[in-house]
Amino acid sequence: MGFMNLFKTFFSAHWGIHPADDHKRPAADQPVRTMPVPARLHLPLQQHLGAPAKPCVQVGETVNKGQLLAGAAGGVSAPIHAPTSGTIVAIEEVIAPHLSGLATPAIVLAADGRDEWCELTPCAEPFALAPEEIAERVAAAGVVGLGGAAFPSAVKLAGAARAKVHTLILNGGECEPYLSCDDRLMRDRAAGIVEGIRLMLRATGACRALIGIEDNKPEAIAAMQVAAAACPEIRVAVVPARYPMGSEKQLIQTLTGGEVPAGGLPADIGVVVHNVGTALAVRAAVVEGRPLISRLVTVNGGAARAPGNIEVRIGTLVEEVLAFAGGVDDAALARRVLGGPMMGMQVAHWRVPVTKGISGILALDAGEAAAQAAQDCIRCGNCIEACPMGLLPLEMRARVAAGTLAQALDFGLKDCMACGCCAYVCPAHIPLVQYFAHAKGQLAADERAAAKLDATKQLAQQKQDRLAREAREKAEAAARRKAERAAQEAAAAAKEGAKA
Amino acid sequence: MIAAVLSLSTLGAVLGLILGIANRTLRVEGNPVVEEIAALMPGSNCGQCGLAGCAAAAEAMAAGRAAPTICPPGGKALAQAVAAKLGVALDLSAVADAGPQVAAVAEELCIGCCRCAKACPTDAIIGAAKQIHSVMLEACTGCGACLDKCPTDGMVLRPVETGLAQWVMPRPASA
Repeated sequence: MGFMNLFKTFFSAHWGIHPADDHKRPAADQPVRTMPVPARLHLPLQQHLGAPAKPCVQVGETVNKGQLLAGAAGGVSAPIHAPTSGTIVAIEEVIAPHLSGLATPAIVLAADGRDEWCELTPCAEPFALAPEEIAERVAAAGVVGLGGAAFPSAVKLAGAARAKVHTLILNGGECEPYLSCDDRLMRDRAAGIVEGIRLMLRATGACRALIGIEDNKPEAIAAMQVAAAACPEIRVAVVPARYPMGSEKQLIQTLTGGEVPAGGLPADIGVVVHNVGTALAVRAAVVEGRPLISRLVTVNGGAARAPGNIEVRIGTLVEEVLAFAGGVDDAALARRVLGGPMMGMQVAHWRVPVTKGISGILALDAGEAAAQAAQDCIRCGNCIEACPMGLLPLEMRARVAAGTLAQALDFGLKDCMACGCCAYVCPAHIPLVQYFAHAKGQLAADERAAAKLDATKQLAQQKQDRLAREAREKAEAAARRKAERAAQEAAAAAKEGAKA
Repeated sequence: MIAAVLSLSTLGAVLGLILGIANRTLRVEGNPVVEEIAALMPGSNCGQCGLAGCAAAAEAMAAGRAAPTICPPGGKALAQAVAAKLGVALDLSAVADAGPQVAAVAEELCIGCCRCAKACPTDAIIGAAKQIHSVMLEACTGCGACLDKCPTDGMVLRPVETGLAQWVMPRPASA
């Protein structure tokens, strides 16, 4: 062991966790299976961060695959396209793929089985396009970040171009255990990803691209290195496997040494981060003019009979995906999770659609779910060591439990990204990250209530002003009429006087 | 010894003088707590508390003449905020808080008389004579001022539906 290794051991970042078994294999080694189009697709209007899309089709209308169903509403939003050809049968509420189990407005499309494309507008020379044109094509295709947050990619590309970033980082970390869809994409479609990266470099104006891949994916690293060999501006950077390495801020720090300021954006330090899957979707959007209508989803977990990665049309119900993937052992099933086991959402049933941001479907058995009763905090400090943002989770939790959210904010609640490392390492099994999710939701609700209060005050004041103005105008009109009448009477009297 | 006594006495006298002057020149007129409470209140002057508007209610609460639970549209949240501001104990058992509510028009009963629209403190009800009225949910505070005005009992209050955007994750049960 050389000096440098010792140095690295002592001075490398001490954050996050390293689960003994990442459960990625054997699912990651199975070839991708493509699921046939189901009979019905349920497309929520809100599949991305920002404003929900606005439907531009009527019930009963026939649409072709790739046709626009709902347009972007506002600056931060993304359109939704038909994943197959068929008829719009309803625009109604469906249960959202969300922890709350609440409904969300969605377009329901009945497939006609022809799966016929609408007319696409491919681009023969994508590298001749101006950066803005690339962002426009990406926006029109409804591409959102496929790592999980589902932020509209075009907004990020345009923002990065404005901020004049110098480095584009491609997130191939995929640090969440169980998930392997990015790994599979990098192994199978490395050339497409590299072309997407070159387009993104052009769109953002960045001069170099770093593809960060965790060292537990040697096949993906090899494939990407081969694909990127011809491009000197694109480099594959191997990062240690450590959760949450796939988090934007941690990956930036590991690759560039730069730290994103609290409350800031990566663009503040000249960096922008996109998922590798997004790069592929960008290539499809720019080169072929193809909208985002399908994605790769990992089906995994102890209760899943045949774990693997499946290409799924957006809007397919999760239960149909699972049935295609080989089914679930219902006797062993203990917990249903969408996304990764650390940051994903627990859902009550499988009758929810796959949306653009869902990377995994996990059927966990009792051993994996490992639900244990919470005990009192013993102030061991494990959560402090694990927190990748350098926060004090135990102190924040005490404040949130006591209901003093303002104090929790002082401890940096806004910087918490809900990675769940604190709850994972807690020997007392305290659901720390759930406390923080509650607190952030409550703070947002308080902000909405305050905004409503302000609006109410303004409306009440406007009504008072209007009533006062109307009363004044009425009085003025009455005075005017009175004056006119008086003048008329005076004139009449004068006439009478003249006659007499 | 004498020097110490003298210097401290002088210091005390000078500081006392400054305090006295400050008390004269910087005196705050009115009770700032009243304004702070008024800022918390809905401000729609709906009159459900039986007082002449939100400012009067805030004054009554600050003076201890009214309980922090006096404001029905404010509900539990306002009562807690006011009680915390005044430092008084709060008896929430008396508050029948059904959570946030909004008004709705029973369209089969509405005769289009416009009386509810005139009564609404925030102009949240739209409609013309002999047309069915409608409530704009974003502007409605659920104060209920319209309920008594309706000659056909066609106004109802119903709880605000929680959508995905309003949902808040419940706090875990404490260990």
